[in-house]
Amino acid sequence: MLEVRDLGVWFGDRQVVAVDALDLDKSQTLGIVGETGSGKSMTAYAIAGLAPGMGARVEGSVKLDGQELIGLSDGALRDIRGRRIAMIFQAPISSLNPVFRVGDVFLRALRLHGASKADARERAAEAMRSVALSPDLLHRYPHQLSGGQAQRVAIAMAVALRADVLIADEPTSALDVTVQAEILDVLEKLRAEESLAMLFISHDLAVVSGICDTVAIMYDGEVVERGPVSETLHHPSHPYTRELLAAVPKLTTPEATDA
Amino acid sequence: MLEVRDLVVRYGPVVAVDGVTLSVPAGPAGLGLVGESGSGKTTIGRAIVRLTEPASGEVTVDGLNAFNAKRGDLKADRKSVQIVFQDPDSTLDPRMRVGPAITEALRAHAVVERSAWPARVTELLTAVGLQAEHADRLPHQLSGGQRQRVAIARALAVEPRLLVLDEPTSALDVTVQARVLELIAGLREERSLAYLLISHNLAVVEQLCEQVAVLYLGQVVEQGEAARVLTWPVHPYTRALRTAVPELSETLPAPATKRAEPPNPADPPPGCRFHPRCPLAVDRCRSERPLPREVGGRLVACHRAEDSLAETRG
Repeated sequence: MLEVRDLGVWFGDRQVVAVDALDLDKSQTLGIVGETGSGKSMTAYAIAGLAPGMGARVEGSVKLDGQELIGLSDGALRDIRGRRIAMIFQAPISSLNPVFRVGDVFLRALRLHGASKADARERAAEAMRSVALSPDLLHRYPHQLSGGQAQRVAIAMAVALRADVLIADEPTSALDVTVQAEILDVLEKLRAEESLAMLFISHDLAVVSGICDTVAIMYDGEVVERGPVSETLHHPSHPYTRELLAAVPKLTTPEATDA
Repeated sequence: MLEVRDLVVRYGPVVAVDGVTLSVPAGPAGLGLVGESGSGKTTIGRAIVRLTEPASGEVTVDGLNAFNAKRGDLKADRKSVQIVFQDPDSTLDPRMRVGPAITEALRAHAVVERSAWPARVTELLTAVGLQAEHADRLPHQLSGGQRQRVAIARALAVEPRLLVLDEPTSALDVTVQARVLELIAGLREERSLAYLLISHNLAVVEQLCEQVAVLYLGQVVEQGEAARVLTWPVHPYTRALRTAVPELSETLPAPATKRAEPPNPADPPPGCRFHPRCPLAVDRCRSERPLPREVGGRLVACHRAEDSLAETRG
């Protein structure tokens, strides 16, 4: 459903992304992994149509169900971003306006995309339940939410807008590990129940191996290895992927000591 | 060499650290402090280096009480205990070159003669895997990993007895982290270092520490040999923490805890602080605070430790 070909992102003379191909299907999760400066976030921004607003020049092709997104007008892009592609960030609080109650943010977004007031309320409550939050939290201000709750609210927003593709940029990197596990559960459930396609940007190979079907390893703006998680992370072929995997500190498992 | 007894630290009405007892033997030795946001692990580190004043309790380094020390002795204390933070930029002056930054520490604590300073700077840079020419660089001319190496070199300059490492690699990329962890492991043996490693990463602690203490809302819930506690956790919180860690080899296991509002440190739950999230909680847990006791070869503060141990042994 999402097809990226020869994507190039430039800041002036400097090319920061040179991705030959990425593909994402319905109900699939594609992980993009890399270290600082690898271009993984900029790739996501370019796919979401946010890169030009950051002063970058974008080349190549990004197709959503056959429709070319590169070169679309701002208005057309905004419509697609609201309706079909949603994005969540590492700091969930940044996607929520601090002066509005959570519910108001939902209502404005849903009304903007044509829902009636009653319908918008119903969809907001339903979306909150789908991420295991009480609809009562809709009455709170963003600062009254914990980090995990705020991230679930950001995900609920994507659900309420019935997005087909969710671009998640390090969505759990700022969260404690037990909270991270809860968010990953929520994303896993949405993929199954809402057929959500997800682009999951992360520096954490272990998280990616748990939640993604396919993975692309980025280094210096390029995808150096990509394929199914089972192959790429368990039998890596690129030396950089191997270095990355070897660098992850590992815990001893009970099985390893029990034998 | 480090003894922390019944340490209590308050921030206004919040009891950030509530009666923590820890010890680190003479080096080479590492004690890991693990826990999530609000567990008090960073506050304990700050209290040990006297950046935070405790409400009560005792911290001794080599038998000397760190809190009763006279003003002049404070400098001596700072010399024996040094801290390395997560963000090296918070300790490095952006306008000061690496060489002078390290020399400053040598001068302040009168570690060696003035004539020996340049040689000592080179020696310290080499010890942390940098070169003599890095002395002329400004912090922004170095990578994040190199800046953290400089912060470690500066902490080592005063030849401390104990290092407090507060999330020293959490801001670094994983390949850079691996090299800094190797550096710490190497220095530990070469210099017989003792350290307190504060980390949210259990695997990092297992790699660098013999002992571990697990904190939850300001209290130690489980403490013992790192290999034992992290591989075979007994306290339901340690178990939840352990199962929540994503691993490369398997799909994510479901969290063992109940979903609950995050705990409020200003108004901690009565009884066992973990009981609102604990799958094993019984009435007693809601009213009576569990004290640490020895179960399964480690200290655990849990009324149901035996049952929990039986479950993990499956």
